[in-house]
Amino acid sequence: MSLQPPSLASRPKGGSAPTTKAVILVGGPSRGTRFRPLSMELPKPLFPVAGHPIIEHCFRAVAKVPDVKEVFIVGYYEESVFQPFINTVSNVFPQLSVKYLREYQALGTAGGLYHFRDVILKGKPDRFFVLNADVCCSFPLNDMLKLFEDKDAEAVMLGTRVANDSASNFGCIVSDAHTKRVLHYVEKPESHISNLINCGVYLFATECIFPAIRSAIKRRTERPRLLSYPSSENLESSFYQGEDEDDNKENAVIRLEQDVLSDIADSRQFFVLETKDFWRQIKTAGSAVPANALYLMKAYQTGSEELATPSANIIPPVYIHPSAQIDPTAKIGPNVSVGPRVHVGAGVRIKESIILEDSEIKHDSCIMYSIVGWNSKIGAWARVEGTPTPINSHSTSIMKNGVKVQSITILGKECGVGDEVRVQNCVCLPYKELKRDVSNEVIM
Amino acid sequence: MKALILVGGYGTRLRPLTLTYPKPLVEFANKPMIEHQIEALAAAGVTDVVLAVNYRPEVMTAALKDYEKRYNIKIEFSVETEPLGTAGPLKLAEKILGKGDAPFFVLNSDVTCDYPFKKLAEFHRQHGEEGTIVVTKVEEPSKYGVVVHKPNHPSRIDRFVEKPVEFVGNRINAGIYIFNVSVLNRIELRPTSIEQETFPAICKDGQLHSFDLEGFWMDVGQPKDFLSGTCLYLSSLSRKGSKLLVPASTPYVHGGNVMIDSTAKIGKNCRIGPNVTIGPGVVVGDGVRLQRCVLLKNSKVKDHAWIKSTIVGWNSTVGKWARLENVTVLGDDVSIGDEVYVNGGSVLPHKSIKANVDTPSIIM
Repeated sequence: MSLQPPSLASRPKGGSAPTTKAVILVGGPSRGTRFRPLSMELPKPLFPVAGHPIIEHCFRAVAKVPDVKEVFIVGYYEESVFQPFINTVSNVFPQLSVKYLREYQALGTAGGLYHFRDVILKGKPDRFFVLNADVCCSFPLNDMLKLFEDKDAEAVMLGTRVANDSASNFGCIVSDAHTKRVLHYVEKPESHISNLINCGVYLFATECIFPAIRSAIKRRTERPRLLSYPSSENLESSFYQGEDEDDNKENAVIRLEQDVLSDIADSRQFFVLETKDFWRQIKTAGSAVPANALYLMKAYQTGSEELATPSANIIPPVYIHPSAQIDPTAKIGPNVSVGPRVHVGAGVRIKESIILEDSEIKHDSCIMYSIVGWNSKIGAWARVEGTPTPINSHSTSIMKNGVKVQSITILGKECGVGDEVRVQNCVCLPYKELKRDVSNEVIM
Repeated sequence: MKALILVGGYGTRLRPLTLTYPKPLVEFANKPMIEHQIEALAAAGVTDVVLAVNYRPEVMTAALKDYEKRYNIKIEFSVETEPLGTAGPLKLAEKILGKGDAPFFVLNSDVTCDYPFKKLAEFHRQHGEEGTIVVTKVEEPSKYGVVVHKPNHPSRIDRFVEKPVEFVGNRINAGIYIFNVSVLNRIELRPTSIEQETFPAICKDGQLHSFDLEGFWMDVGQPKDFLSGTCLYLSSLSRKGSKLLVPASTPYVHGGNVMIDSTAKIGKNCRIGPNVTIGPGVVVGDGVRLQRCVLLKNSKVKDHAWIKSTIVGWNSTVGKWARLENVTVLGDDVSIGDEVYVNGGSVLPHKSIKANVDTPSIIM
């Protein structure tokens, strides 16, 4: 197999507008372990946040870019996993052609793109977006496109500023303040390099990215990866150490962040669009709660009509599925999503939480900073509670009495919390009945 | 007859409640501790009560004037200029207690029980000796001082064993006594202990008897025991079919033992009990869950709050969906914010709590 990027000569000049595609990277079932216990029921990209699957928020952004007509979902879940979603999203955005491209083994973010290069390059697109599905942000794709055109760029990535002390958990970007050009890129550096970090959203010229991946593969073949390569906890979605790596060099895991971007920064017209808007990774199950809050806030600010109407007992923003039944004396919000067929009893309080479908919340109970799993039952006067984390924190764990615990309380599928029972800072695996007060525990 | 109530000092063990009112005026089951005792003493024919205190809280004077009238009884303060222990105050009040030759009662102000003053006086008269100590049976005598009787005698005390390692008996001093006036001759005016000095002396002469208390007994000198004592007292009322309790058939009453002042207001869809006392002027909102708790005068519990094993102080407010438990004690005029959780918090007066108190602590 050899790469045939469209040469400059073959590109349509002047007449027709350049074409743009989009690729959404979803990973596979062997990743997302940090999203347990919620990923035990549903692949993380399909987990509902602010009333919609995480991945749908990517589609909403992509659909706002006028010249994108074709979107690929790349991952190594089985095909059947995404088919219902693809059917739905194709109805919502009829202008988009959506295809799932399944990797039969984890190839890494760049490896996956390269593997499907023929499909992506069909129709000779000039450029394409790459979105990591586990990113929660406003996806300012049109702004990226503008920067791309203004700078005549070969690659643009979305960047955001984080606190200095957490920057080294991410890919760090050194850029020219004036030209926005990326001068240097390092994934999870050991020392402080910059507090401008990689958001995991890119726009690549096709003639830039595929040769760059190819040279990364070539480098790998000539000089296998050093064993001391830092393992990637935070960007694990891009990392899988194939067992038979040496037997099949072509299939070795090639990651965009670790293996490709720094090379592009050195040799290509690579720019960064710094977003001042919100940005979070959705890694742990608990991180769905801040993501839910951010997407709800965005929907509220843009006047979305699918949110619940604010009232004395609805503190916006709140999403309530039309089939959910909420007692009028229940007080809900802010930052709450209530799923289909949920029953919420009299005098219930819910804030900063996600209530998944078919759950029953009995009267006078209180749920805060929590996720209540599918078909769970919360008893009368029960209290299910997490701990608020600082607004700009990128972590979902907190220190309590010197022990690291999850800040968000998570109940897996079909859990029960007895009447008057209190559950605080716990993660509860599916099908458990909690009859006594518990705090700071993982309940198997 | 006469009686001396050992009130003592500032009641620090019952803080933060006693930062606002002297301990005898803290309501136990909607009635000040001291009033329970005065009422029972008056009913047993006591005409003169001495309160042995080592400070003189002015707020008590008005309350006591009221009791004097209501129970037709004379109440005097005996103020120690230095702490005199548990026996010294008897000597200090000798002029009152020693008047005439009728025996007098002595009781510890922290003790709640079915005060058996009439039967105690009768028993004391029958054996005719110098002193009688009320004793109560306990399950774990090793934590207390245990009374040991003379062989072959049902009531004459042989000795006391402090915190026995081996079982020597299960009856302990309940803090209620009756003495002949002659006992005053055994006590000197100095700091001295009735348990350590006076009793052994009477014992030696074979003049000290025990009287078995029937029913419950509790030293309610600290919040945890105050709550337990409230439960015991309410259960006792319940057994007697007392009209002071709300009928168990009331829709919001759960498990009985609920006492609610007639001026308190209870919202809709509450579940209250067991073992709850609600004082005058208290307002309880809708959908509130209360159990094993004490709501003092003019406190307010807002909708959907959940309260267990907690004393809510006078004029305090508990927010909506708040949850209080594990011997939380709110002082006077404390405010607990909506949705706040308090686990074993001791909150000093006039504080406003807006964030969770996850572990037992004192909030200054």
